[in-house]
Amino acid sequence: MAQAHFDTIEGRGPGFYLLLAILGAFIVAGVLAALYMEHNGHWVTGMSNQIVWGTPHVFAVFLIVAASGALNVASIASVFGRQLYKPLTRLSGLLSITLLAGGLIVLVLDLGRPDRLIEAMTYYNFKSIFALNIILYVGFFAVVAVYLWMMMERRMNDYTKPVGMFAFIWRLTLTTGTGSIFGFLVARDAYDTAVLAPMFIIMSFSYGLAIFMVVLMAAMRWTGRELGDAVFGRLRNLLGVFVAAVLYFVVVHHLTNLYITQRHGIEGFILLHGGQFTQMFWIGQIILGSVIPLVILFSRLGKSRAMVMLASLLVTMGGVAQMYVTIIGGQAYPMPLVPGKEASSSFFDGVVASYAPSLPEIGLGLGGIALALAMTVVALKVLPFLPKSLSDADADPHFKAEPAKSEPAAA
Amino acid sequence: MSLNRREFIGIGGAAVAGMALAPGLRLIDLAQARSPDETVTSLKRWGLLIDIDKCQDCNVCVTACHEENGVVGHGRPATDPQWIRKVTIKDKQTGYVQTLPLMCQHCESPPCVDVCPTGASFKRADGIVLVDKHICIGCRYCMMACPYKARSFVHEDTTDQKPHAPRGKGTVESCTLCVHRVDAGKIPACVEACTQDGNQAMVFGDLKDRNSDVSKNLASGLSVQLRPDLNLNTGVRYRGI
Repeated sequence: MAQAHFDTIEGRGPGFYLLLAILGAFIVAGVLAALYMEHNGHWVTGMSNQIVWGTPHVFAVFLIVAASGALNVASIASVFGRQLYKPLTRLSGLLSITLLAGGLIVLVLDLGRPDRLIEAMTYYNFKSIFALNIILYVGFFAVVAVYLWMMMERRMNDYTKPVGMFAFIWRLTLTTGTGSIFGFLVARDAYDTAVLAPMFIIMSFSYGLAIFMVVLMAAMRWTGRELGDAVFGRLRNLLGVFVAAVLYFVVVHHLTNLYITQRHGIEGFILLHGGQFTQMFWIGQIILGSVIPLVILFSRLGKSRAMVMLASLLVTMGGVAQMYVTIIGGQAYPMPLVPGKEASSSFFDGVVASYAPSLPEIGLGLGGIALALAMTVVALKVLPFLPKSLSDADADPHFKAEPAKSEPAAA
Repeated sequence: MSLNRREFIGIGGAAVAGMALAPGLRLIDLAQARSPDETVTSLKRWGLLIDIDKCQDCNVCVTACHEENGVVGHGRPATDPQWIRKVTIKDKQTGYVQTLPLMCQHCESPPCVDVCPTGASFKRADGIVLVDKHICIGCRYCMMACPYKARSFVHEDTTDQKPHAPRGKGTVESCTLCVHRVDAGKIPACVEACTQDGNQAMVFGDLKDRNSDVSKNLASGLSVQLRPDLNLNTGVRYRGI
């Protein structure tokens, strides 16, 4: 292919500043929400001694998972040598950094003592997957920053492949760590399974690519740059495969639990009679987040840019729903104390914990998303992350030969 | 009154001698007590046996614990801390009802300690599981990990703290097995209250000492751990479930 050309976005028009103003408003709301929660204590949120991780964790874990997934587009080019993806690598690296930053800030601001962050950086319990994740998250920034440098500095281009390989392994480790936060919880029926680690990896592929496509399509359109059918079609199909793969893991996870009598309780809760969690699972995660996007992406509807944008947004929202069901639903279902006996107490033993997200929690979570997007927008203006054109001629000269029938064989 | 030089030197000398000797005399006291270093040794493992056939439908252990440690609620059950609670268990088949006190089980392999990122959650050499309030960042991962729901997050400002049981908004806390009392040679407040109330349902002692009351009691009959499937080797054992 022809050498990819990159350019900063102009970023002078009213649209640019309006976008930043909207994102800025959400960021301010997020900061105020965090201050309110820290000042009063967590009793002003929907969280309790029963639901200890609430909506902020839903957004934070979603963003962290999506961050590692956003880097995949770059990995496909650098590690697997697919030239078509090369013009997309810089945006991929950028998004992985900004999404991770947005997720981590939410996570930190939801701590009981965010002022003690330095403790988390200086005292380590290496048996804790949380402690290892702190190293993996911080290291990810450094690894991807170096990766971007290799990509963007012509003299360093030769090192893109080995550094890209290292970043790819790092990000797989990172998402394994994120999934294992839940996988290593022995006490609760909803977790305690090795499948969560690979499942989180495939979820990251899906969420990360969905957000990448939303940002790419918006950025190219708003800056008047061409996004040809070659790149568009490939990304669309890839997203479809990832969404289907997540669905496969979800089915395997639930089928396994349904086979284990001990876990019939939690399965009945999530799948049948868990109220908001059952609705969130079937309507949010499965129908809106998986089935409808699959229909759009693999049918003629997928030719429409607007429909693919809708599908990407639905995958993103389905991801948040999946995190909600996993994190909050998993805690709401009571832990068994004595087999064969019903427990009850003034501390809510044996009953489904109630939870409703509070406004500050939602504000903090959305603030994290807004921060990630705002950092992306500013970065696009400062450095040349965005390709000048992704027209079919620029992206893949061979594509023009038979645009109607063929998809290039390499995936 | 006026002092001549001789008297002044005499009184002054006595005062200086007193000041020099007093700390020494005080040291004899201290030397006879166990030093803070000596109290924590893996030669001991503190534990409890709770006989729930003797456990009455009362709350004295809970009240005593929360008074001893200054654990005060705000009338908000969902977020108020509970270091110990009474749990009612009902057999699903037969409907047989029992009640038992539940607190930190002081596991030999505590999941809360495994998951804590900073090491704030830790186990002393003598088996008591504690939270170091100075390095707890309030991430609540230990609460996700504990199979017994033994821990509480301090959701709001604390008042009337006891010097021996510091508490702080934004950190996690739980039963300390009354470590301050145990280190002073006393028994936990819950055990004392249960005994004084005449129920005698709780026995405290050193699980590694074969001659301790708790060891002899455990050796003389059946006892169970809660969630034995997790193989945590809890320091708190129950009889009669």
